[in-house]
Amino acid sequence: MTLTESELQQGFEATIAHHDRIEPRDWMPEGYRKTLVRQVAQHAHSEIIGMQPEGAWITRAPSLRRKAILLAKVQDEAGHGLYLYSACETLGVSRTELTEMLIEGRQKYSSIFNYPTLSYADVGTIGWLVDGAAICNQVPLCRTSFGPYGRAMIRICKEESFHQRQGYELLMTMMRGTDEQRAMVQESVDRFWWPALMMFGPPDDESPNSAQSMAWGIKRNTNDELRQRFVDMSMPQAEALGVTFPDPDLRWNEERGHYDFGTPDWDEFMQVVKGDGPCNRQRIAHRKRAHEDGAWVREAASAYARATEERERDRAKVERAPAPSLRGADGRVETR
Amino acid sequence: MTESTSPQAEWPLYEVFVRGKRGLNHVHVGSLHAADDEMAVRHARDVYTRRNEGVSIWVVRAEAITASSPDEKDPFFAPSGDKVYRHPTFYAIPDDVPHM
Repeated sequence: MTLTESELQQGFEATIAHHDRIEPRDWMPEGYRKTLVRQVAQHAHSEIIGMQPEGAWITRAPSLRRKAILLAKVQDEAGHGLYLYSACETLGVSRTELTEMLIEGRQKYSSIFNYPTLSYADVGTIGWLVDGAAICNQVPLCRTSFGPYGRAMIRICKEESFHQRQGYELLMTMMRGTDEQRAMVQESVDRFWWPALMMFGPPDDESPNSAQSMAWGIKRNTNDELRQRFVDMSMPQAEALGVTFPDPDLRWNEERGHYDFGTPDWDEFMQVVKGDGPCNRQRIAHRKRAHEDGAWVREAASAYARATEERERDRAKVERAPAPSLRGADGRVETR
Repeated sequence: MTESTSPQAEWPLYEVFVRGKRGLNHVHVGSLHAADDEMAVRHARDVYTRRNEGVSIWVVRAEAITASSPDEKDPFFAPSGDKVYRHPTFYAIPDDVPHM
């Protein structure tokens, strides 16, 4: 029996209403699939492009300890990109297509990574504020309605906590140093505060897709809710660190039980999103070069795999040997 | 020649299963692309076990998996739906009978 489209739609909506997860082979409305492809791909691309600003400091880290930490962190970003690409592919897009869409500018990534890392303190600020904002965004996404996306987010959130703590600890160390180092930290925080607030996206009344994404259970909170949560979390951390945020309107509002804060420069945000941020061209050019420089490795590995397969097929023909078995003497499959 | 053997084509997709520790089953954790089985195991280690998440990894080509039909309310699973007598709670035993 074939179900009609309206019956399929009803089944989909019932699953969402039960807060159950949608899995890759379930029927889903085309709009739901497209929205997820766009969001998960953009998220994956952000992780991959996000390796560049901090990666630039690996060779200049001030100690072996800091270098090992930064290497592990940048490797994590690569891993996060792969978890998310893997989730996105379950929606019927290929990895090759995703890479091409990034390189050709047909899909976006978070605008935060189009800002430069001018001083070593930026490594700490990115960990504290940029990864902190990412955690705010990502924790509710662990409950997103699409199964593979939620599972990827759970893995990522477990690892993000290391990212934020290493950044904050780095800044604390610098704040215990010289006046010059303290000034470096403050200068870095001043540059990253507003772009970090912009990571949550445009204000709710200018975010036309938000309502539909919330109805589908893809998003669980609005942009403004998450931005407020981030400001409230960051203020006591800034006080403990001994830095300030560059916002004269930032103050505790007893009545609301939240911090009030100023409006980010949304014109700057739109400009960066549209491709005219400080580093947009550099980031994409770097990604494109890395992809093209790696082509021979991908081809060599394919050629090796093909040659090995053919050699083994020929040998099997000659020897007529039984296929290697995983069964032990007792007949049970060895699974270790 | 299948598509996967042309140098331009994507490396095949592998599904990855990790045993978290001795005594547990291997559990599906995600997927990755690799040129061959051996590379798939190495990539799986780098992508899915950077923090001692596993003591053993299985990889299998995604195309080699046979699955039931996607609908979770599929009649395929109906035979187990109406056999309540397969569950211990189906049987009423007096409260004063011990160790049951």
